[in-house]
Amino acid sequence: MRRTSSDGRSSENAELFTLTYGAIVRQLLTDLEEVEEVNKQLDQMGYNIGIRLIDEFLAKSNVSRCVDFKETAEVIAKVGFKMFLGVTASVTNWDADGTCCSIVLEDNPLVDFVELPDTCQGLYYCNVLSGVIRGALEMVSMKTEVTWLRDMLRGDDAYELQVKLLKQVPEEYPYKDDE
Amino acid sequence: MQFFGGSEISPSPPAPTATGNNAHMMYVFNRNGVCLLYREWNRPLHTLNPQQDHKLMFGLLFSLKSLTAKMDPTSAEKGNLGVPQLPGQGCSFHSFRTNTYKLSFMESPSGIKIILVTHPRTGDLRESLKYIYNLYVEYVVKNPLYAPGTPIRCELFNTTLDQYVRSIA
Repeated sequence: MRRTSSDGRSSENAELFTLTYGAIVRQLLTDLEEVEEVNKQLDQMGYNIGIRLIDEFLAKSNVSRCVDFKETAEVIAKVGFKMFLGVTASVTNWDADGTCCSIVLEDNPLVDFVELPDTCQGLYYCNVLSGVIRGALEMVSMKTEVTWLRDMLRGDDAYELQVKLLKQVPEEYPYKDDE
Repeated sequence: MQFFGGSEISPSPPAPTATGNNAHMMYVFNRNGVCLLYREWNRPLHTLNPQQDHKLMFGLLFSLKSLTAKMDPTSAEKGNLGVPQLPGQGCSFHSFRTNTYKLSFMESPSGIKIILVTHPRTGDLRESLKYIYNLYVEYVVKNPLYAPGTPIRCELFNTTLDQYVRSIA
């Protein structure tokens, strides 16, 4: 049966992606056994993806440099998630100085067909996403901390990621002057 | 198809061709100053060894970017000269021309800098540089055997790049 998702792509591709991700998580659980270790590995994998994904995103979306962190969060939620996962997220919960916000996903293609068993309590199934955001932002000079606030697989009503800007790291001249 | 040798180590000048290959050379740097790629098609004079040449080029662009941003008459910001800027921030210079060559430059917000040196009558190459950035994404970034931050050794990228540059210059 062939359904087409709202952005026109055949959902057979999307299913393969979801099933592949599920297989990765299952294999990590078998290899590492500790749920905390799996969380860390997923985050590291996400980071390695993010540092490459940023160039693809910049090349395809043609956005210019964001003026501030608020714009950055909007671009991630509206353009980034749309481009790579086919879903739009929303940005809420800004703190007073504009360095911390929440990105909320109603729909998450990674978790189609997934239910967490009791042996996996404490697993952040979608932790690869937090790594991807952290890696991508680091390549545009922003050091961030990304954590999960709400996770539907754990019983909450949506997926909420908290993205906190730790600092901006501008380019330094990389060569020493003494040569 | 013929393509000219141009490795990152010590390129030997290629034989001049009859087809109008007017591009001289190309550099790709990342945000840490590592020269990811150096391609040479037509460069008769070598004055420096490759490492010095790359450092010189990177330093030149770093300073030029900083200078052009600080001298911007339309900008309201009063930064100090020498304070490093985020890539893509401020006004972005994109080329300079001398009587013997034109240097075109593009920097992505992720710090990837693409520099193309061509003959002086070349037009605006900004779109071409964007296309080259797309080639970089497709052939290099998406290549799982490539480690980010290291010099590029993808033959397919080199070939496609040579073909494309030949068509624009």
